[in-house]
Parts: sequence; C-alpha cells; structure tokens
Amino acid sequence: MAKQRITYSQIGTGTGFYSVLALLGAFIAAGAAAFLYVEHHGHIVTGMTNQIVWGIPHVFAIFLIVAASGALNVASIGSVFNKTAYKPLSRMSGVLAMALLAGGLAVLLLDLGRPDRMIVAITTYNFKSIFAWNIILYSGFMAIVGAYLYVQMAKGLDKYKKPMGIAAFIWRLALTTGTGSIFGWLVARQGYDAAIMAPLFIAMSLSFGMACFILVVKYTGKATERPLGTQMTWRMGRLMGVMAAAVLYFTTVRHLGNLYAAEHADVEQFILFGGNVYSKLFWIGQVLIGGIVPLALVFTPHRGESSSRVTLAALLIILGGFAQLYVIIVGGQAFPLIMFPGMEVSSSFQDGVVGTYVPSLPEFALGLGGVAIAMLITVFATMTFKLLPKDISDAALDPHLAAKAK
Amino acid sequence: MSDVSLKEAYIDKTRRDFLKKAGAGVTTLALASGVTLMAYPEPALARKQEEMVDPSQRWGLLIDVNKCTEDCDACVTACSVENGWKLDGNPAVDAQWIRKLKIKNPRSGHEQTFPVMCQHCAKPPCVDVCPTGASFKRADGIVLVDKHICIGCRYCMMACPYKARSFVHEPLEEQKSHAPRGKGTVESCTLCVHRVDRGDKPACVEKCASDGHGALIFGDLNDDNSEISKRIATYATKQIRADLGLDTGVRYQNL
Repeated sequence: MAKQRITYSQIGTGTGFYSVLALLGAFIAAGAAAFLYVEHHGHIVTGMTNQIVWGIPHVFAIFLIVAASGALNVASIGSVFNKTAYKPLSRMSGVLAMALLAGGLAVLLLDLGRPDRMIVAITTYNFKSIFAWNIILYSGFMAIVGAYLYVQMAKGLDKYKKPMGIAAFIWRLALTTGTGSIFGWLVARQGYDAAIMAPLFIAMSLSFGMACFILVVKYTGKATERPLGTQMTWRMGRLMGVMAAAVLYFTTVRHLGNLYAAEHADVEQFILFGGNVYSKLFWIGQVLIGGIVPLALVFTPHRGESSSRVTLAALLIILGGFAQLYVIIVGGQAFPLIMFPGMEVSSSFQDGVVGTYVPSLPEFALGLGGVAIAMLITVFATMTFKLLPKDISDAALDPHLAAKAK
Repeated sequence: MSDVSLKEAYIDKTRRDFLKKAGAGVTTLALASGVTLMAYPEPALARKQEEMVDPSQRWGLLIDVNKCTEDCDACVTACSVENGWKLDGNPAVDAQWIRKLKIKNPRSGHEQTFPVMCQHCAKPPCVDVCPTGASFKRADGIVLVDKHICIGCRYCMMACPYKARSFVHEPLEEQKSHAPRGKGTVESCTLCVHRVDRGDKPACVEKCASDGHGALIFGDLNDDNSEISKRIATYATKQIRADLGLDTGVRYQNL
C-alpha cells in the first residue's frame, strides 16, 4: 500500500479559542494572586503545617509532572515501537508532555518558601539529593522532548526520529523513577520508604498521561472539526486501561507488602481502614472511581460507534489520580512519625497525633493555575505550530483501523 | 583539603563574619532618605578567624531521662529565649527547636519525659535530601541550615526521623542577631553554635544545670576524657531510632 501523506495544520483562531484563552487566563491570574498572597503573608495562610509540610499544591504539581511523562506515550509508541496509527499524533504528544511538565514545575516552584531563590535551586546542587536529580531530570526532559519535536517537524531529519524517540523514552522512565523515589527513599516515614514507589509512579504516569492526552486530542479535534477516529480512541482507551490496571497491581503489592510487616501495620490500618478521608479517597476515589469503573468502561464489549465511554474513563482516571496522590502525599504525612515503637507519645509539637490538614483556597488556586498554564501552552502551541494532522479520522491515521470499524 | 571541608570552612567563615557584624556595636549615618552608611568597629571574636572548625571534635549531648522532671521545661524556655523563637498558640505551625516529649508504655503505664531536638546525626537524612546543600553538617558534627541557600522546599522536614525541623510560616520580628531566621526557610536546633564557638555550652544545658537538674551534658564525643564520653563509656545509652543507623550526636541515658 502506498504510504499516506499526512498534512498538519495549526488550529483556528475563532471566537471559541479566545474564550478558551480568556478562561485559562482567568485561572492563571487567580493562581498568580494566590502565589503573591502566600508569598506576602507566609505559608500561615495555607493549610500546610509543620507536620503536613506538603499539601494540595504538591498534589497538583506531582500529578502534572507524572502525567507529563505519560503524555509522551503516543510519541513513544509511534517512533520506538513503530505503531503506524500513533505516528501522526506524536507531535501533539510531545507538546502536551512539555506543557504539563511546565505547569507542574510552576506550581512546585511557586509553592517554595523562598520562590525568589529559584536561581539558587537551579545553580546550587547537592548531588546526593534525589530532589536535585529531579531538577536535572526535568530540565533534561524539556530539552530532549524539544529536540525530539524538532526532528519530527523539520524537513530531512527523519533518520533522527527513532534515536530521539528512544532517548526520550528512556529519559521519561528515569524522570518518573526520580519522582517516585522522592517518596520511596524517605526512610524515616512509615508511609513511604518503599522502592516500589518508582514503578508505581511509572505506571501512574502511563495511565494519567494517556488519560490527559485522550481528553486533549478529543476535545481539540471536536473544537476544530477534525474528530478523532472512534477506533483510534478505543485503541488508546484500552491502552490506558492496561496502564490503569498496572497502577492497581503496584498499589496492591505495595499495601500487601506493608501489611505483611508488623512494623507497618499501624500506617496501613490508618490509610486502608481508618474510616478517615484518606481511606475513603483510597477505596472510593482511587480504587473504585479511578480504577475499577474505568477498567469496566474500556474492557466490556462495545458496539464501536461511540467512544464516549473512553472519554468518561479518562476523566475518572484523572479524578482517581488526584485522589491517589492526595492519599500518598497528605495521608503519608498525616500519620504520625513513629520514634518509639509500641509507646504512646505526646508533646506540644503534635507528636503521636494524626496531623490535620484543611486545604485553603489559595492552594487550590495555585494548583489549578498550574493546570491552566499547561493547557494555555498547549493551545498556544497548537495555534502557532503545525502539530495536529488536518484529518485524524481512523481512515487517515491508519487504514487498518478504518477497515476494522466496518 | 577536600571539597566538603573547604565548603564547611567557607561557610563557617561567612557565618563568623556575619556574627561579627551583627554582634558589634554598629555606627550608622543616614546619608539621605533610604540610604544609610554603616560603620562596624572591630568586634571581639568568638573564635579567631584563622581557626577553622576542628574536625577532630564531634559535639554531642547526653540526656539523662531519670533526671528530667515532667513539670520542668526550662531547657525549652532557655532555647526559646536564646534563639528568639516562641510558641504563639498555634502548635501546628509555630517553630519548636526543642520540645518535651512524654512517652507512656501502654502495658505498664510507665511514663517518661525528656527533651527532643535535632539529633545532629553523623549521617543526617536532611543533609542528604536537601537539593541546594542548605542543610549541612559542620566538620565538628553540628547540623545546620544555611538560611541564605534554603529555598523552603521542606524536603528535609519530610526526611527527618525526629520531626526536629520547623518551617517559618509567618513574617518574623525581634530576631536575635546571633540566630538569624527567615520567613519561608526551615530551621532547627543549632546546638547553640554561636555559644559553642566562643567556648560556652548550649543554653538548654546551662539552664538545666543552673536549675539543679543536670540532666543534659554537652561535650566532645571524640574526646575520651570528656565527661560525656566517660558517661557513654560507663553507662548504657540509647539513640532514638538507632535502627536507621544515623549515628546521632544526641544520646539518651535511662530511656
């Protein structure tokens, strides 16, 4: 069969786009106001304390950073694993990956106690710190995915696509390993201290990133009158389902491993069966809404004429992802540090007490501002560069897909 | 000299220079609105500038839990006064460089109280995780935060097994010149490094002794003839969470 020629185009600039830009701008302005408010008054105006030192901003930041790596799935599948149907979407995949990372990093940096010292953070390194490694991994991700996008879009650089794709693929695995290890290597805390955090975070990134990609491409296709092919949506949806199942698998192993060790029994009891916000978010948020329901949606038989079940599954996976990160980040800190196993501990510094955390409005505003930054970058990029093919129907992406639909 | 000790020496010198200026009587002259000329007379040095921190020393504390009484918090108050932090009625966010902990054995009902502060680990997790190197250990074992490099990420607070660190949540007033603090940065017990450098003991140790308890002993863990080393050699002592292998500079007796 003759190779199909794919033509790319920018998305339009009608009134609809300006409304979207205005909406995103409003969220970014709210995020900026929240940043200035916290910067002026100090973190006293947030819900974070000396026990819950990382809160809602970190849930948003880590979701975006993890999803960034996963948004690159489609590009990797196209160039590393040679799947034809994915190749036309790989530019969009790279741009979304960079945009999500930028949004996540913005939240992370703006929540610092001294955000004015950002230059210190990027010029003064302690190379033993996994956090410092992450700064290098994030910057490297931007550079590699940027170069990968360039070789995809520039003429005559086709031979570099695959090596760049492989480099980006390896780098993104390293990046998520690094993000998971921020928690996994915290030996002092009963809620963390588990090497399985690294593969768990890789699985999370594949699942959350795929969900974000499906929603963004589907929405962009709809808004620009080039609907994403139904079969292609289902194919990506099933892939997302496999990743979501992997998240449930690593979560199960993590908790079973902890339950087996008597020393972790208390923290597991607290997270899984504590009857608190964390156990509810775990079972209802992560496992049911973010796991079982989306799996049922994408793996039960369908007639194929509509892909709205995939869209719903992607939305639920994102909601479940936020619930999961809240349980990991906030739940892990709320459980008191165990300094004297088997003893009842009390002090004026809330030792032995479950930490309370009431997220404040500025924290949500900052987090949502990060999401808006990611979306704004994506919209601007698709308006400026030729990222999406003019036709992303099944027939245009891969004739085999269209044939399957018949 | 290795890079690490060079850095420590540099940091120490910078800090001493700062203390010199801060501790000195400063003559100021307002040249114009917002422009001030400051003159610093030569201050009395706590330690001569050419004297580096002595890496053969390892400063530490021994806390005799049997001598610590439940109703006494003199060490906490002394630290607060010395270093300028205070409890403001909001225990979730107020800084606490040192706190009294009460532990109770649920089977026997036996209770003990004792102070807990930065344990000045030989292998401090806070130093390992700090992305910028603001958390650092001096050559003589004192673990500190360089307030000029701290970006306020709070990763050290996540990593500390002793909950020894506090984040400054609010703007500060009435700081002590010898214990500079900063909104948006992390802080903890400095082992009263400014006193140690001029040959004194930490404020908590001095106050506990002057109140007649003598529950806290300060000294050089590397000096076999120091009181603290002799006590550790004679009596059974414990490190909190010794299982982590951090080799803490703060030890507990009768715990």
